[in-house]
Amino acid sequence: MASLKDLKNRIGSVKSTQKITKAKKMVAAAKLRRAQERVEASRPYAEKMQSVMASLAGRLGDDAQASPLLVGTGGNQTHLLIIATSDRGLAGAFNANIVKKARETADSLIAAGKTVKFYLLGKKGRAVIRRLYPDMIVHFQDFSDIKDPDFDYAAKIADDIITRFDAGEFDVAQLYYSKFKSALTQVPTEQQVIPVPIDGHADGDKATGAIEYEPSEEAILDDLLPRNVAVQLFKALLENGASEQGASMTAMDNATRNAGDLINDLTIQYNRTRQAVITTELVEIISGAEAL
Amino acid sequence: MPFNFELVSPERQVRSGPVHQVVVPGTEGDFAVLEGHAPFMSTIRDGEIAIYETAGAEPLVMKIEGGFAEVGDNSLTILAEKVEA
Repeated sequence: MASLKDLKNRIGSVKSTQKITKAKKMVAAAKLRRAQERVEASRPYAEKMQSVMASLAGRLGDDAQASPLLVGTGGNQTHLLIIATSDRGLAGAFNANIVKKARETADSLIAAGKTVKFYLLGKKGRAVIRRLYPDMIVHFQDFSDIKDPDFDYAAKIADDIITRFDAGEFDVAQLYYSKFKSALTQVPTEQQVIPVPIDGHADGDKATGAIEYEPSEEAILDDLLPRNVAVQLFKALLENGASEQGASMTAMDNATRNAGDLINDLTIQYNRTRQAVITTELVEIISGAEAL
Repeated sequence: MPFNFELVSPERQVRSGPVHQVVVPGTEGDFAVLEGHAPFMSTIRDGEIAIYETAGAEPLVMKIEGGFAEVGDNSLTILAEKVEA
């Protein structure tokens, strides 16, 4: 049986762990609110962008000369998987879930004989991907140089991706991130960014004909398509930010509770052991006295 | 006669509400939007928009960069990458 001293040490160490998880939980809760506000504030733009894109693309649907960002390169051989994770752990299965989602797709693509490339954002996804798919990572960057990713930051990444696309490095790009539903639920999400998936039933036909375009529909679309990639990336980064804090809060809440349970158990064990030691001592003294 | 005007940046919705007139720096030239403007869509060059809340009022000037304007049914929506008051 563990000695009293051992038990006391263990209780002490669990208690200090609990202090850490409790603090991290409170930090996450505070950050979550801000991150959530940022996500909500960014939605009108993304939604508006989406609807304009859909109506424009719907009108140009049959045009053969449309931008490859919209209709694709015609090929389907090389896939770029953009995986957005966070830089820090202590967020439960948050990063693992995103990577798992991407791995499923990657494995099925590789099995189908396609070429897969990885574009990694955030430290936490790198280790797994590097171990499982060595030599397939084309780019890696973390967020150590920026606290809250802003739109410019997303635009720079989007520029890089589009440059690679124009250079013919890949045909299809998928984006992986965690969608923020609530503090308790985050959904790992796969989203195609290049070519832009177009809803066949876009309501683009409603006001057709009446709208005037300046300079022209094609020019506007060419201007919007790269911007749309940046918007989608920005949205993913913000959703990820909120999801990370949400996941972290839940995970740390569980950890704090588990530590509490553990402390209770250990305390009971400690007290029982102490009692047993006292009883043994008493028995020794009494039987010693009787023997005299 | 007011119409609905929305100015949205990726980070937040900057402004939303009825205005009298907005002057927008379109790629092919400035244009002013009043109530009942025909449906119209244009890209924007970097520049200043002037918002007149009521007829004859002092305009509110904002710098915007990168984006486009959509004039719909008695409404104007401007999506801009950057907005500075």
